[in-house]
Amino acid sequence: MRPFIACVLLACAGVAFAAAGDGLEVIVVDPYLELRTGPGRGYPIVQVVPRGETVRILKRRTDWFHIRDAAGREGWVHRSQIAETLVPAGARIEIDDPAREDFGAHRREVGLLAGDFGGANVITAYGAYAFNAHLSGEVAISQLLGSFSDGQIASLGLTHFFRPDWRIQPFASIGTGLIHVEPKSALVQAPDRTDQLAYVGGGVRAYLARRFILRAEYKNYVVFTDRDENEEANEWKIGFAFFF
Amino acid sequence: MENRIRILLLTLALGMAGCSSLPWRDKPATGTATDATAVRSDSTGQASAKVSGGQVTGGAEGPAVIDPQVERREVRPARIDTENWEAGAYVGSLSVEDFEVNVVYGLRFAYHVNEDFFAEGIVGRTDAGLSSYERLSGSASLLTDSEREFTYYSLGFGWNALPGEVFLGGKRAMNSAVYLTLGVGGTRFAGGDRFTVTMGAGARVLVKDWLAAHLDVRDHVMEVDVVGSTKTTHNLEATLSLTAFF
Repeated sequence: MRPFIACVLLACAGVAFAAAGDGLEVIVVDPYLELRTGPGRGYPIVQVVPRGETVRILKRRTDWFHIRDAAGREGWVHRSQIAETLVPAGARIEIDDPAREDFGAHRREVGLLAGDFGGANVITAYGAYAFNAHLSGEVAISQLLGSFSDGQIASLGLTHFFRPDWRIQPFASIGTGLIHVEPKSALVQAPDRTDQLAYVGGGVRAYLARRFILRAEYKNYVVFTDRDENEEANEWKIGFAFFF
Repeated sequence: MENRIRILLLTLALGMAGCSSLPWRDKPATGTATDATAVRSDSTGQASAKVSGGQVTGGAEGPAVIDPQVERREVRPARIDTENWEAGAYVGSLSVEDFEVNVVYGLRFAYHVNEDFFAEGIVGRTDAGLSSYERLSGSASLLTDSEREFTYYSLGFGWNALPGEVFLGGKRAMNSAVYLTLGVGGTRFAGGDRFTVTMGAGARVLVKDWLAAHLDVRDHVMEVDVVGSTKTTHNLEATLSLTAFF
């Protein structure tokens, strides 16, 4: 474990050093840029850079940009002020920033949901790729943690968004996958089993801010067992997701 | 029953495929998205020429009076090194309820959404010790060695409740934050996976712009059924970690 942690730390340090490039030069258009001591609205403004000066953007953290001016003074500037600067070619800088209008037209989404699967706790991580604004393919992995049994579900499905232009978007989904259930040995003497399942469901996803989504969904699962009867289970989940 | 589900699934699949074939990306500027981009690009001279240029050539009937020779500018987002990810490792001690306090190792990942909130994932491991029952009785062992391994993961969110600065001496100031976290996850302990809610509070000091030192205290709450009846246990953990922003 120890060498592994050391390797991870070294790798992180390597990435951090490699990322420290030369940055991008921009010309100030606002009356002045306010340079703060840290990337947050509460940090004090210690310098200003007047209009017409050239500054170098070193890096960005959330909505804050670390810049250095011609005199070598450094500080953090908010996105709203950087968005008003010009690149040397004379055009306005284009900041790659997802916003409300990108929600629904995005391609990729990853998220984490938690909830209830037929009485057991469930934690799900999912990734989605949008073929178009209405239809996306989703891959999900769930862990089931129940009082009598644990398990995992891996599933592949299609989700249809009825109104991708709305802020709160209802959707319907179908899919199939595998479920593996391990009864807790101390309580139930039953073998582990893996079965195929299918689901049909629905839910909503809502835009929160930046690239943040709130998602709530219901799924009705049918587990195709090799016994006489199939099993059904209801699942309710809520969680957060990012799009990019 | 099975037939009904099959029919329902098939109908849904067909419905989805049908609706999805509707065009949406090629639509003219009706949605808010395209309106907003038009407004945004309007403020740069070149881009606004591009927009109106498109309209002139698009609706050309008869000889064009003005033939705008405006070169389309490819709008590319500026290449700025973003540092919203954080990764690192931690070491500390974890008190497994009824099973002593032991050294814990773990990895921590975070994504900073904005200056207030971040998403966080942690995974850690420790080995539980002996319960006082096992120690006193002398022989009876409640758990095997492999069952004593306590491995957990947690995924959740954090809020930078108290951002600020730490002053060392008269010349050094380092950015810092005190944050609260809440996550859900699983713990493998005593021969089973257990649903775990992890609550924590921590302090982060940025030693360098890209390097942060953390002091975290977390409580892993879960149901454990090892000592007689099922009970809710609180497993407290205090760790020190180093993380890098990238």
